[in-house]
Amino acid sequence: MPSSEQLAQLILSGITQGSIYALIALGFVTIYNVTGVINFSQGEFAVIGAFVAITLSQKVLLWHGQMTASLEWPLPVAALIGVASAVLIGVLLYRLGIQPSRNASPLSQIVVTIGASIALRGLVLLAWGTDPYRLTPFTEGPPFDLMGAILTRQSVWVMGLTVVFVVSLFLFFKYTLIGKALRASSANPGAARLMGINPRWMGLIAFALSAGLSALAGIVVAPVTFMTFDRGLMLSLKGFVAMIMGGLTDPVGAVVGGLILGVVESLAAGLISSGYRDAFTFAILVVVLLVRLGGFIKGRKGEALERAGL
Amino acid sequence: MKNKLNILISALAVFGLLLAACATPTTEAPKPTAAPAQSTAVPATKAPEATKAPEPTKAPEVVKGDPYTVGAFFSSTGPASSLGQPEVDTANMMAEQFNKAGGIKGPDGKMHELVVKMYDDQSDPTKAVEAVKKIVESDKALVIVGGTSSGASVAVNETVTKAKVPFISVASSSAIVTKADGSQHEWVFKTPQQNLPVAQVQIDWLKAKGFTKIASVGVNDAFGKDSMAAMKKAAGDAKITLVYEGTFEPKTTDFSAQITAIKAAAPEAVIVHAVPAEGAPFTVQYRDLGLKFPLVHNHGIGNQAFIDTAKTASNGVLFPIGKILVIDQLAANDPQKPVIDKYIADYKAKFNKVPSSFGGHAWDAMMMVKMALEAVGPDSAKIRDYLETKIVKFIGISGIFTIDAKDHTGIGKESLVMVQIKDGKWLYVDPKDYAKVP
Repeated sequence: MPSSEQLAQLILSGITQGSIYALIALGFVTIYNVTGVINFSQGEFAVIGAFVAITLSQKVLLWHGQMTASLEWPLPVAALIGVASAVLIGVLLYRLGIQPSRNASPLSQIVVTIGASIALRGLVLLAWGTDPYRLTPFTEGPPFDLMGAILTRQSVWVMGLTVVFVVSLFLFFKYTLIGKALRASSANPGAARLMGINPRWMGLIAFALSAGLSALAGIVVAPVTFMTFDRGLMLSLKGFVAMIMGGLTDPVGAVVGGLILGVVESLAAGLISSGYRDAFTFAILVVVLLVRLGGFIKGRKGEALERAGL
Repeated sequence: MKNKLNILISALAVFGLLLAACATPTTEAPKPTAAPAQSTAVPATKAPEATKAPEPTKAPEVVKGDPYTVGAFFSSTGPASSLGQPEVDTANMMAEQFNKAGGIKGPDGKMHELVVKMYDDQSDPTKAVEAVKKIVESDKALVIVGGTSSGASVAVNETVTKAKVPFISVASSSAIVTKADGSQHEWVFKTPQQNLPVAQVQIDWLKAKGFTKIASVGVNDAFGKDSMAAMKKAAGDAKITLVYEGTFEPKTTDFSAQITAIKAAAPEAVIVHAVPAEGAPFTVQYRDLGLKFPLVHNHGIGNQAFIDTAKTASNGVLFPIGKILVIDQLAANDPQKPVIDKYIADYKAKFNKVPSSFGGHAWDAMMMVKMALEAVGPDSAKIRDYLETKIVKFIGISGIFTIDAKDHTGIGKESLVMVQIKDGKWLYVDPKDYAKVP
């Protein structure tokens, strides 16, 4: 029987990991609400953001050791450029992949995002190889003790920054003109267009925003769990499951879904076997789909699907 | 509503496809069903430089014979690449050296060029089997060296046995050469130490410290499982209790569940069975979570990639390994010193970096191949017999080999030393000082 300390530790690790899923899921929801596309290259943005930040802030061998990057810029600058490069790739993906195929079926557009994710993964593999990389923790120092569970400083950063990102995203949607326009074009694209809101611009902004969000997630988690070139796929899938748990269109639901997912995974790995970590995630997906298509959070079954409101 | 449902259903279909597709790249464990048949092993781009080596122009009395073909497959890419790349480099370097000297002098008195057919198994046992099939069927190699990971080395056993081509593995699991009944696989040899002697060295250290309760945690693949079983056996013999035994999946980078359980079990030391790809992240998280029990790894992490990835977290890590890492700190009269010094000098001159013990395993294998070819010529069955009976007190990089029908490894505990990592450097630990470290 596990002690309460052990349980506390597993839940803390789960919340740390879940915060990342929550941010990725938020990216999924934002893009889906505005453009109707489920973007499976969401996880790659996290990988690219993290790798760019790592490369700029510490000594890294590139292209099979043929190039050494030793810029060692300060972390905030490196992180900012990491986010910027992911945003750029997000914008390019929209302009070159999604926008030209806007009249195609949603399935075709999803396939475009999958193609992009495979290409991006290959690019990361070429540049950085297969080794795991670690970003230096944001602040050095001994971990905190919380009811017998250990909370590392980076975990505090992960949780704190997740809260900051989520809150500022909501404020952005609620109070800024662009945010309102985004909400309008997701609630009723036709009416929004009549009001002079350009849906292409909205799609572009949604992709940029989601890419940036994922890159931030990748950067804050890289000191805890390292970053490897192939993390993107799993991050995408986990974010997608969190999004479904939250009812597909509900950002609050996506955040809660991500956190629940992280904790369930951590408990499954700690109490049963680490081999079952992913199995549980996908078992949850099946249960949610069978029992409640509208997600865990919304009481009104199926309504979330109908009312695409942020 | 209907449209959205359609999207959801399409997305789910895609999701299922992705999951099915990702089964191959994300799992490293040998699952014969996982990989599609078309994924063939790719010949390494750095094709055998041996073939282009300059012909000796002097020495007109030399008679040239037909080339001798040797098959090789290592993990140049994938999670085991930090082990495999030095092996590839070493094998290519040695073939080049042999050919520069005119080739291999066969029993017929002629000089034979050594052709190495090199393949990359991408750290995937399935691709390793495909590479070996090519090596025996189309390259018609006389003997095979390679198998960076234990999983790959075990996987090719059936193929080489059926083809009756001797195979010298550079991986450590006892299952590579030992059958379930304890006898040796007829056609398979290996140059690294078994995991059992490694565990015995770790136990020696535990005894010196007076520890009786340990945690054993390892990667869930052929190498990790063999090493954990060896530790269990050695610990049982020494009356040391395993208060925690756990595994993690290959390529995992989140170890919070295992480390939490280790903390709760409160061992006196923690033994880890992994390669740098998982061992380094584990070490970092172990330190991050503030655990203070001494951390002991096995010989899987003995290369620079471990220190480069784990950085300061590697400080204080103890592990048993071959002598090459600390040869400059060993007694000057060590019988292996001249051989190891020459290998290090050659490797440094060619690649401008220090070789690892893994490159050393490939050196031993290539040298055995050369000796066998010189003695018996191009005959796979005779090469096998030579390897089994004539490798006696052969001084290699990994140890001093004496191979016989009961032991296809030929080296044991005596070839290992305990090493401690201190400020990014390897530090030799004399058995007398075991109680003082870490």
